[in-house]
Amino acid sequence: MPTAPEQNDDAARGAAPDAPVIEFRDVGKRYGDNVVLDGLDFSVRKGDRVTLIGPSGSGKTTILRLVMTLEDATEGYIFVDGEPLTHEERNGRRVELNKKQRKRIRQKIGMVFQQFNLFPNMTVLENIVEAPLHVLGHPRAEVLERAGNLLEKVGLADKADAHPSSLSGGQQQRVAIARALAMDPEILLLDEVTSALDPEIVGEVLGILRTIAEETDITMLLVTHEMQFAKDVSNRVLMFDGGRIIEEAEPEAMFSNPTHERTKSFLRAVLGEDQIGTR
Amino acid sequence: MTDHLASLAEAAPRLAQGLSVTVQLTIFGALLAFAIAVVLGLMAGSSSLWLRGPARVVIEFFRGTSLVVQLFFYFFVLPQLGVDLHPMVCGVLGLGLNYGAYGAEVVRGSINSVPAGQWEATIALSLSPAQRIRRVIFPQAWALMIPSLTNLLVHLMKGTAIVSAITLADFTFHLDQLRRVTSTMFSYAAVGLIGYFVLALVLTGIMAMLETHAKHKLGQGRSLRAILSPAPTVAAPGGGAA
Amino acid sequence: MTPLPAALDWDWESAFESLPSLLSAFLQVTLLVTVLSTALAAVLGLVIAMTLRLAPRPVAGVVRWIAHFIRMTPIVVQLLFAYYAFLELEPLTIGVLVFGIHYSTYMSEVYRAGIDSVPAGQWEATTALSMSTRRTWTAVIIPQALRATVPALGNYAVSMFKDTPFLLVIGVVEMVNAGLIYGGNNFRYIEPITLVGVIFLLASYPTSLLISRLEKRLAYRT
Repeated sequence: MPTAPEQNDDAARGAAPDAPVIEFRDVGKRYGDNVVLDGLDFSVRKGDRVTLIGPSGSGKTTILRLVMTLEDATEGYIFVDGEPLTHEERNGRRVELNKKQRKRIRQKIGMVFQQFNLFPNMTVLENIVEAPLHVLGHPRAEVLERAGNLLEKVGLADKADAHPSSLSGGQQQRVAIARALAMDPEILLLDEVTSALDPEIVGEVLGILRTIAEETDITMLLVTHEMQFAKDVSNRVLMFDGGRIIEEAEPEAMFSNPTHERTKSFLRAVLGEDQIGTR
Repeated sequence: MTDHLASLAEAAPRLAQGLSVTVQLTIFGALLAFAIAVVLGLMAGSSSLWLRGPARVVIEFFRGTSLVVQLFFYFFVLPQLGVDLHPMVCGVLGLGLNYGAYGAEVVRGSINSVPAGQWEATIALSLSPAQRIRRVIFPQAWALMIPSLTNLLVHLMKGTAIVSAITLADFTFHLDQLRRVTSTMFSYAAVGLIGYFVLALVLTGIMAMLETHAKHKLGQGRSLRAILSPAPTVAAPGGGAA
Repeated sequence: MTPLPAALDWDWESAFESLPSLLSAFLQVTLLVTVLSTALAAVLGLVIAMTLRLAPRPVAGVVRWIAHFIRMTPIVVQLLFAYYAFLELEPLTIGVLVFGIHYSTYMSEVYRAGIDSVPAGQWEATTALSMSTRRTWTAVIIPQALRATVPALGNYAVSMFKDTPFLLVIGVVEMVNAGLIYGGNNFRYIEPITLVGVIFLLASYPTSLLISRLEKRLAYRT
């Protein structure tokens, strides 16, 4: 019998004893009778790169959406930097917090979407400077300089005044990454960022994310079907099924020696029969 | 025929004045209607019942009670309640509130059809609710709503005719009298039809330009300047279909 | 004169007294014109749509511009124009014709969209089966094009209903005119005008709700 994933504890892997940056406590999410997440407990520490894998419909993306407060959990509590995000327990009851709380915490979190979601009414540069200028209220010169550096970093310095619709999918996603980074987030959420891209341009986007992972200490929580990328970038992989974490391990261990039957069959389907255990 | 022309020439100043009233009613009515449409449309699209409820009541009330009834209410009932408005103000108010209520549905619908991902991106970037609407959602919804707003603008322009009719004369009592100058009235009506048609063409032309401009800003289609430029920058022959 | 006491000046007696004439105008004119004009618009609209589709190009072009002209000009002025052009006709008849023709130009657009929405494969199938043009239209295209047009026809009927007061410019005693006549004779406008508004609201709002429900049901089925 495989042991419950919760016992596969953080401390067991000798991590720094920092307070978790993201913590889920008994989080549930349901739409009517449809249970998407069920009694979910896990935490992410500062600088962690955590990949969520699992069959579609297993609730991975929902986790990112809950952290970004695009949706609210129906049960349990989520903490960011030790602070409750949307709800907290008072006198044994689950109480929704003032919206100001989530607005404040949201500024520490950046998200890159599967469909890019660039604003079509703005140029590339305008997309990037929008929030730093109008949300954070940073000085224009500083914001523009930083935006220029970010565009440089994603290899699109010449596209600053281009219109998003004139860019390829890969270029749009690189702009979206720059836009998220322009807010200087502590946490970066990456939601299947290569799923909408043609196979031959997946690499350019993943390359940039690899660089960011190497050069910064941003905490990353990502959902992806690119197992090689997950292996390269992340230090922890969580396997989801049926709204629960069924297995958690370092990428090397997860991909070469999964313990859970469901993980084995999932990885076999994604990576191909011969890959498992031979790497 | 010469009779008609003579009477028309005689009536030219009155017709010009009529046109000026129509244009004024159309412009001011449309501006008021647009302001009301945006406010009510945003309220009606809100998730808060406190905003949505009142907006729905106002929209259904002004859509459901007929423009003419509303106009007569402002003309005959408000004075009895001690509110005496200039006929022009009554007309602008009537057109603005009535077509504003219809426009609110257009605004709400267009805002609803901006993809959910755009809203999510504004949340992820911590934009405030007002910034979300003003800087991201409305500019995109604007391009979507222009065709329907154009239809409403033409309806409003046509609605100015009843305003003029009500303010100009009490037709119920003077109709018999007018029968005697049938040919004059016939010419007036014919000229009026043509005048309204030309006005409608001008209005739809302006709205088409607005739509081209709005779409170009969203990266769809050519810019207005490119389309209107006298020497179109068409590529060498052979690049056939534009 | 302070506005407040005047605002409370609602006279139930006048309201009840004016109601019979309003209701009779509602049934005998407003409703009658709405029903007859809707029927006319439904039929004539289809004729226009078919003409635009089937007639030779110059004919279709002329019809298109006439329809455009009618759609872009006010019913009120069209009523006056027709009134002076056909003095021998009853104003009520003119009303039915003008409303019917005006709204047929809108309906033709609805039919056109309906015809366009029939998939190309349907046309190809009729060709493959060697069906005649007549059979193609009556047995295949029109039945499919028509179903989605029912809600639009309903919406135009409601909008026509709310436009019927325009008839007062040619002296037809529809509801608003009946209210004004009562008001003129009794120097009481508040009650009849308010009642007319209430009747319009009570008749049009539920109808609109029914139509939008029908619209949703049709949308689900396709």
